[in-house]
Amino acid sequence: MAEIDIKYDDFVDITDKVCPLTFVKAKVAIDELEDGEVLAVKMNDGEPVQNVPRSFKEDGHQILKLYDNEDGTYTLLVRKVEE
Amino acid sequence: MADTINYAELKKGGFMKQKQKGFGSLRLAVVGGNLTASQIKTVSEVAEKYGKGYVHMTSRQGIEIPFINVNQLAEVKAALAAGGVKTGVCGPRVRTVTACQGSEICPSGCIDTYTLAKELDERYFGRELPHKFKFGVTGCQNNCLKAEENDVGIKGGMEIAYKESACIGCGVCIKACRTDALSIADGKIVLDESKCNNCARCVKSCPTDAWEGTPGYIVSFGGTFGNFVYKGEELVPIIKDKETLFRVTDAAIEYFEENAKPSERFRKTLERLGDEGLKKKVRAAYAGQ
Ligand code: SF4
Ligand code: SF4
Ligand code: SF4
Repeated sequence: MAEIDIKYDDFVDITDKVCPLTFVKAKVAIDELEDGEVLAVKMNDGEPVQNVPRSFKEDGHQILKLYDNEDGTYTLLVRKVEE
Repeated sequence: MADTINYAELKKGGFMKQKQKGFGSLRLAVVGGNLTASQIKTVSEVAEKYGKGYVHMTSRQGIEIPFINVNQLAEVKAALAAGGVKTGVCGPRVRTVTACQGSEICPSGCIDTYTLAKELDERYFGRELPHKFKFGVTGCQNNCLKAEENDVGIKGGMEIAYKESACIGCGVCIKACRTDALSIADGKIVLDESKCNNCARCVKSCPTDAWEGTPGYIVSFGGTFGNFVYKGEELVPIIKDKETLFRVTDAAIEYFEENAKPSERFRKTLERLGDEGLKKKVRAAYAGQ
């Protein structure tokens, strides 16, 4: 299992949600952070990992790294960028 | 009188005979699926006044006003023209150019589909050919506009180049890619070009813009989706400029014009003659000849 080597401020698990609620839950979580804080988002393989990172990018946040948990889930580290 | 009417002539102007004697459904010209609010108002008024108060949306982004009395056709066309609405065409000629919203509106878009649809329309719309001829423009591999079901389909894509210095090795692009064309080795991304379909998902998802995308047109030929179904085929590599694109589309239309029998659809011509002739012609056009 890839070890998460980036410090984060909050963690959200969206593996229990289906599209489009996956990104909604992640978005709510990042909205609650301060500018510059880092969120860890755990998501499923497939559509979530294909699309959630890009949705964060389109909202202007800074993606740091995607970790493969090697159990069919991934954890994305993303830094909040206030608009 | 209804029974002496030349319907073939009327079809040219988008008027299609109905079961109900003396009435037809009038097809309107819609380019790239867009109409202005004021054009829609005009259509609505005409449908109220001359039709039955409704319109029919066709499968190719067109609008038809059913129940137009053939004797009022001239009047109806004048009323539409006054509101900036033109009538469409049916029969053996170049039809409505369809398009998705493309890169001007859709985050996934690789090309400006609407502008291209207008340009294709100006270049070809209504041109007389042995059979109907359809163009469709879709902004990316998601293919909302179903490019390959058209005689000539155009799909947006990107040619990609990796800028290693900008890459932070986050791994996002590897998962964004749906064709498994990307992998990581020693912190660097490796592209397997044979698997890449130019979808640009890596470009759109990379947080540091380490994938540089150059937009281009992926063209398919000879598609049809009616009585007979065939998926258009790509015969040339991705095209990166409009000049080349139009040279290639001109070549395809010319080939059809020169080789099809009357009332023969593009795909049928290609089946009768084999596609070598077309391949040669469009590849020469692609190469600038
Ligand atoms: S084909 Fe692509 S660009 Fe066009 S609407 Fe669909 S997703 Fe958007
Ligand atoms: S353009 Fe599409 S298919 Fe090619 S590498 Fe990028 S994501 Fe994969
Ligand atoms: S998404 Fe961009 S930064 Fe991340 S690994 Fe791919 S090329 Fe590198």
